[in-house]
Amino acid sequence: MLAFTIRRFIEALIVMLAVAALAFVLFRFIGDPVSQIVSQDATLAERLALRAQLGLDDPVLVQFARFVWKALHLDFGLSYQLKQPVVGMIADRFPATMELAFAAAVFAIAVGIPMGVYTGIHRDSWLSKVFLSISLIGISLPTFLIGILLIYIFAVTLGVLPSFGRGQVVKIWGWTTGYLTWSGLKALILPAVTLGLFQMTLVTRLVRSEMLEVLRTDYIRFARARGLPDRIVNFRHALKNTLVPVITIIGLQIGALIAFAIITETVFQWPGMGLLFITAVQQADVPVMAAYLMLVAFLFVTINFIVDLLYVRVDPRMRVIGRGT
Amino acid sequence: MSAPSPSPSPAPAPASAPGLLARMLDSDMWHNFRGQKVVMVAAAVTLLMCLVALLAPWVAPHNPYDLKSLSLMDANSPPRWMAEGDPRFLLGTDNLGRDIFSTILHGMRASIGIGLLSVALAMSIGITLGLIAGYFGGRVDSLIMRIADVQLTFPAILTALLVDGVAQVVVGAHKGGGGEFWILVVAIGLSYWVQYARTVRGSTMIERNKDYVHAARLIGIPSTAILMRHVLPNVLSPVLCIGTINLALAIITEATLSFLGVGLPPTEPSLGTLIRIGNNFLFAGEWWIVAFPGLTLAILVLAVNLLGDWLRDVLNPKLQ
Repeated sequence: MLAFTIRRFIEALIVMLAVAALAFVLFRFIGDPVSQIVSQDATLAERLALRAQLGLDDPVLVQFARFVWKALHLDFGLSYQLKQPVVGMIADRFPATMELAFAAAVFAIAVGIPMGVYTGIHRDSWLSKVFLSISLIGISLPTFLIGILLIYIFAVTLGVLPSFGRGQVVKIWGWTTGYLTWSGLKALILPAVTLGLFQMTLVTRLVRSEMLEVLRTDYIRFARARGLPDRIVNFRHALKNTLVPVITIIGLQIGALIAFAIITETVFQWPGMGLLFITAVQQADVPVMAAYLMLVAFLFVTINFIVDLLYVRVDPRMRVIGRGT
Repeated sequence: MSAPSPSPSPAPAPASAPGLLARMLDSDMWHNFRGQKVVMVAAAVTLLMCLVALLAPWVAPHNPYDLKSLSLMDANSPPRWMAEGDPRFLLGTDNLGRDIFSTILHGMRASIGIGLLSVALAMSIGITLGLIAGYFGGRVDSLIMRIADVQLTFPAILTALLVDGVAQVVVGAHKGGGGEFWILVVAIGLSYWVQYARTVRGSTMIERNKDYVHAARLIGIPSTAILMRHVLPNVLSPVLCIGTINLALAIITEATLSFLGVGLPPTEPSLGTLIRIGNNFLFAGEWWIVAFPGLTLAILVLAVNLLGDWLRDVLNPKLQ
């Protein structure tokens, strides 16, 4: 177990270093930091002095080490566009993305599980077929098209929901939340549905196939023979046993939600980190790009690390594999 | 499975066999294909769209790249059948006065082109690495597969977005723009190779222990030739199946990147770029600028997806 943890940890470190190298290459290739700082009439001597002062004359490896060291202290420098510290900009946007991803996950679970249970129990009813067709379309259509469609229906035609922004937000201990205001919640609906739709179909299909499997087992048949009402058999005996894989999948999908938030945030002009990244790419704002790259890599590596460890903890069979490889 | 398939027909036919077309028409796959109406429609739609995309410069009524023929007077004109529609423009015009029908045809050309090329790139990378990993094993194998595992933990669309974003900035800063088409091909190609590599590695590991490979090695044929000429043809069929399914994914990825504004520029639009442009006019009530490219993309992706699913079912011996 310990060896497994250490090996996974080292792997995670290597991935982070590789991403850091990519971010560092970005800095090296694009633009001259000196010309970003000095005024236009600075003499060559002044420029050279600044170069030396910034450490740009050092060997590449030394510069890379310095970059990593600064990154560890969350220092990514100033944004080229806004001349603000990058970390502050990302920290401002962080709550928006997290609230969106959380709402999307709640939507996926709250709608996906009942739909999965229903289609699992009533295999051949027409409603099940409708649900499954919807989920097929949900999987094959690109996220942004679904977002545009929802905007057209609910914001342009019906005019009941806002199509962009977060609405009014409340600031609590440095965390801006839209969960506490009416307009914030209304603004959340469309983006959350758009972002969560794919995960919802995933949950539906997973719960359905697990239910089909479980309902065939002996203990369910036995429970029915004992004369227990359908509701108790279906929900207390069957559904409970389908939930382990569902929880695992949702855990793994948290990262995907944060990644796909880039698309949803662009469609709905949601002021989160993803929109910040897209804007940064369009404006060639390298420090912001680098910081976002590192942050996303860190989130993914952390989530996968935790999931790996949980697997080993939960499933004893994994321990042997963990030792073997 | 509606058509019963009595026995899987052997792929390599004897030399005296009838022509390729006749053999194809007699295969299980063809009979199965004939039995499924949805698949036939999907195949027809896919074929038609590919054909139209290929012939776009000749089929399209207007040339959206010809700036001289554009007139801002024509901008934002609704489709022909509506009250204010202009009879010259079947599906209306966009904000620059470009005929939407023509831009869709050209956009499809870009979308399908990038899709096919990036799938080809992903396939070549995946097959090469998979063959090497499966055939040689050991250190090389574990290194390649570790990289694949790590890449698999990131969603492919995120990888594509990051590679694309970085490349756009790097190239843009050095050359002053251009080359977006190839950046997209490389970014998407690099994001989808893992699945091919894993599949090919798996089947290569089985093939390498078979007698014909041992025999080839005994008579001194170099490894490269064994891999390319003997092993490769035997591991290829699942790869082609994954390729079809991934084509839909690649088209979606390209459309998404273009929609986000980091793909093809508005001057040479793909379907995603057209949707991005149209999205700005949705609130002005000019729905046609976004609706028709969106619909085209949806139909294209759905058709390719259906075709890919069918191919997977047919080629999977377990389901027959």
